[in-house]
Amino acid sequence: MGWIEILDRAEVVTDKHHIRGSTGGGEIRRAPNLVPLRITCLPNDQDKMFKLSDKILLLCVGEAGDTVQFAEYIQKNIQLYKMRNGYELSPKAAANFTRKNLADYLRSRTPYHVNLLLAGFDETDGPGLYYMDHLSALAKAPFAAHGYGAYLTLSILDRYYRPDLTRDEAVDLLKKCIEELNKRFILNLPSFSVRLIDKEGIHDLEKLMPVGAK
Amino acid sequence: IYDRAITVFSPDGHLFQVEYAQEAVKKGSTAVGIRGKDIVVLGVEKKSVAKLQEERTVRKICTLDDHVCMAFAGLTADARIVINRARVECQSHRLTVEDPVTVEYITRHIATLKQRYTQSNGRRPFGISALIVGFDCDGTPRLYQTDPSGTYHAWKANAIGRSAKTVREFLEKNYTDEAIATDNESIKLAIKALLEVVQSGGKNIELAVIRRNQPLKLLESKELETLVTEIEKEDEAEKKKQKKST
Repeated sequence: MGWIEILDRAEVVTDKHHIRGSTGGGEIRRAPNLVPLRITCLPNDQDKMFKLSDKILLLCVGEAGDTVQFAEYIQKNIQLYKMRNGYELSPKAAANFTRKNLADYLRSRTPYHVNLLLAGFDETDGPGLYYMDHLSALAKAPFAAHGYGAYLTLSILDRYYRPDLTRDEAVDLLKKCIEELNKRFILNLPSFSVRLIDKEGIHDLEKLMPVGAK
Repeated sequence: IYDRAITVFSPDGHLFQVEYAQEAVKKGSTAVGIRGKDIVVLGVEKKSVAKLQEERTVRKICTLDDHVCMAFAGLTADARIVINRARVECQSHRLTVEDPVTVEYITRHIATLKQRYTQSNGRRPFGISALIVGFDCDGTPRLYQTDPSGTYHAWKANAIGRSAKTVREFLEKNYTDEAIATDNESIKLAIKALLEVVQSGGKNIELAVIRRNQPLKLLESKELETLVTEIEKEDEAEKKKQKKST
């Protein structure tokens, strides 16, 4: 997890990036599993997605250590709310809670350098996707991405996203994004884990492996 | 001024504040806990609410975590504080240790909290006894009891609050391996124990169960009524048998 930096021409920059798409029926998000570095592949089977509750997922990337620490802290506090009140926080409330925590830590001696995507399904409001960056900016968005991959995928999403996408169409859109990355992105990203949230909860979809990736 | 101790020893070695707290517990409505083989049962006497009062705001059985819950007898306000601290500790434990608490751990935590309040400046002890039930990771069912002094013990079955002695005596006579052989029998034992001291039967009883790997489940009034009727029938059958044999 975390950033690998350019030290000289022998090494390559990458970062974790992940894309989420929002559709009428649910949310889809994915995160790459392997980070290849020249001929070496750095297997990274750490799941970047944290289950905050039955219907809320938090995708957390950024500084090594900060990601897990911050995400687990938020996760346990969401659970505490459930114990205290007998029901779970809505995705909107969870997103704002997370934002407030991130903002408070930002002006402390120990800020968390993390970029987040929060996805959830609300009984009344339906599916919702929230984009949050390390400066604690929060925005509800139909689709979102973090990292270098975002430069490529946001334009794809912008072109092909419709608010009334079905589940399969949304998965296809995700596949389109991955194809674009496969074609134009400097790094080889062979596999992506995909999750979907709908009124029944969180579901694991099958891993997407772009054709031609090694 | 918080520099003066309130709980101090008496000449004959008693901590009167703690004993008075135990008296406060004895005034609270009865709670009973039973440890079965695959189930743990908590039953409480429901205090009758005023006509205009909303019933559901008075909850004496509370979850501390997905696998642990507790019932209390005594000062409701004190209980709220203890329960909140326990809930925070359950999550904190999960965060630092990446494992859910064991029932014994959280009991010890609550007991330590209670003891601290018997030895702090400006504070009085908590006026509650708690029955803490749940399943550990390895699937063992547990029942613990804490009291205002901060001691805790494991029990197979116990009662706290008003008429706890009567209920406990009933349990000592009737808690057998047969009585807890099935989940249903364990639940019925809890109801029978409470019926000893609760007036007007099923309407004034609230019952909750935890089964292994399942969250707390409060029994609905219909289920309770069915079970109470079953118990009453069994009692009648027993009485008839006894009459016949005499």
